[in-house]
Amino acid sequence: MSILVNKNTKVIVQGITGRSGRFHTEQCAAYGTQIVAGAVPGRGGSDVNGIPVYDTVADGVAATGADTSLIFVPARFNAADSVMEAAEAGVELIVCISEHIPVLDMVKAKAFLKGKPIRLIGPNCPGVITPGECKIGVMPEFAYTPGNVGIVSRSGTLTYEAAYQLKRLGIGQSTCVGIGGDPVIGTNFVDVLKLFEADDDTHAVVLIGEIGGTAEETAAQFVKNNMTKPVVGFIAGQTAPPGKRMGHAGAIISGGQGTAADKIQALKDAGITVADNLATIGETVAEVLA
Amino acid sequence: MNIHEYQAKQILESHGVNMLPGKVAETPKEAEAVAQELNCDRYVVKAQIHAGGRGKGGGIKVANSTAEVKQHAEILLGMQLVTPQTGPEGKQVRKVLVAEAVKIEKEYYLAILLDRETSQLTVIGSEEGGVNIEEVAAQTPEKIIRTQIDPAFGLTEFQARAFAYKLIANTTYRPIIPNATALILSLYEAFTNCDCSLVEINPLAIVSKDDELEIVALDSKVNLDDNSLWRHPDIAEMRDPYEEDPSELEASESGLSYIRLDGDIGCMVNGAGLAMATMDIIKQNGGEPANFLDVGGGASVEAVAHAFRLILADENVKAVLVNIFGGIMKCDTIANGIVEAAKQVELNVPLVVRLEGTNVELGKQIIAESDLDVQQAEGLSEAAQLAVTAANPA
Repeated sequence: MSILVNKNTKVIVQGITGRSGRFHTEQCAAYGTQIVAGAVPGRGGSDVNGIPVYDTVADGVAATGADTSLIFVPARFNAADSVMEAAEAGVELIVCISEHIPVLDMVKAKAFLKGKPIRLIGPNCPGVITPGECKIGVMPEFAYTPGNVGIVSRSGTLTYEAAYQLKRLGIGQSTCVGIGGDPVIGTNFVDVLKLFEADDDTHAVVLIGEIGGTAEETAAQFVKNNMTKPVVGFIAGQTAPPGKRMGHAGAIISGGQGTAADKIQALKDAGITVADNLATIGETVAEVLA
Repeated sequence: MNIHEYQAKQILESHGVNMLPGKVAETPKEAEAVAQELNCDRYVVKAQIHAGGRGKGGGIKVANSTAEVKQHAEILLGMQLVTPQTGPEGKQVRKVLVAEAVKIEKEYYLAILLDRETSQLTVIGSEEGGVNIEEVAAQTPEKIIRTQIDPAFGLTEFQARAFAYKLIANTTYRPIIPNATALILSLYEAFTNCDCSLVEINPLAIVSKDDELEIVALDSKVNLDDNSLWRHPDIAEMRDPYEEDPSELEASESGLSYIRLDGDIGCMVNGAGLAMATMDIIKQNGGEPANFLDVGGGASVEAVAHAFRLILADENVKAVLVNIFGGIMKCDTIANGIVEAAKQVELNVPLVVRLEGTNVELGKQIIAESDLDVQQAEGLSEAAQLAVTAANPA
């Protein structure tokens, strides 16, 4: 078992004909992911490496039974609207890789999803991978190997780094979820922690946070009250100055809120083992599992 | 993106937010002319810089005549204004806002911002106006009023009215409620029309003008969502290059994310999270990072070379640490970028490189075969230690 995605997941790719959409679709398919369709307005009837392309997501879903959408549509081509289109077409999971989406567009898209049985991962995220079964996103597959540690993270490269450290210690992963670096995201830490807690194949969880917002604090409370599995935490941005956006739109300390120190303290207070630094995430997990 | 108070005033007034008459001036003479045009009893002259706490730093002055306005402008314009938010070096004042000064009866705080927990816009207010709202929130959270906005319907009139009644609880001010409601609605219009990320009125004030009570936004702060500037070219033009670090501006124009810091170890990393964590590990090893720099996931050789030039242009930099986890970004691309950059700019500080991931062996080979003096590190800890040692030779 795993969470969110597995070998049976059927994916439709929105923005499959763009440079990065095409490249990553090929990579995902090569990994074994079932890419069953693409959706690009005006390109219906064509194909990308044998994958049929439809004008609308609804057409693609009707024709292929896709249950998951992977979005590469650039922000300026209204990626938030693509999220709503996927939701309306009836997929169960939407993974939105697109970055730089205007915040108010995402506020609207998220409201559109409310009450619908649909999960959105991202935007501005690397996607989801269940090693050995299914990759829906842009992560480098060599960093991962099948196993029993779940990873949930706001940062892409930090997830790769953590997974690769684990892999080199002989520790595999059940599923790794990049929830994204934006202030408005579809799925938060707690949502993913719930899934990991319920997943028999996940024995421990790595939570990778960063400065900005209070999602880590909320996650810490959840871990304390609801989780039986060990959680290892890491927070990036201890040296980040207040008021500056550190690359990710959501990574900003404002009004004294969202500092790394506060988050680390919240994690520790909840009984979470916090890795001292980036280089020791893998070792810390190994110690916790030992 | 941040903008000046006078620019925020333009945006808000164009959406119908009631503010006091006033205009921006770049010379003392212009300031005097603005005052003459306003023709009122008292004036306020406000230094325009991108930092709060201007009053505490002496950047806001009251004048009783147009001549006094000119005098204040002479002092303010060109000065390095130091406030609790500018740092000790302060910021140079290049413009002043000259506005009518009025008798304030009562001050409130009003803002619209994104509540990240609910992914909705929220109106926030407090009867503790004119003060630091974070302190109010921390010490007396019960004094903060909030209303969540459903994006499907926007801020409704009844919500704005209910908010106004709660905010302005003193019954003496009841006649002002309709205007306060209108002001809150106009603020929301401005926020959504311009893709703001923060609109803050501090203070929102009830003032007495010709013995009539009026509700006005006395001071305003507007931040814009960087991701939306492309659809607001008029607002994008409000960017004041003097308020931004030239290196940061140059970086953003070439798609790099760079923030200058005070330390002496330059960092080049791919990915925002990894870049922050790299800064942290430098600090943990006793060093100080000179910058945050994310070259992004798919940077070209040119972008890497550009990033390198930016780092080396910082005179404080005594060593450079390159930390790359190659995924989409291939290690050989980074290696070629470093070699390319070294041809363009003189590499006069020690360079430590840690490569991992896609094409790592090829990347290491390119660096080893170049005639560059580079220390290649195997792990992250080793890389950080080498960089700290290189920056602080015994």
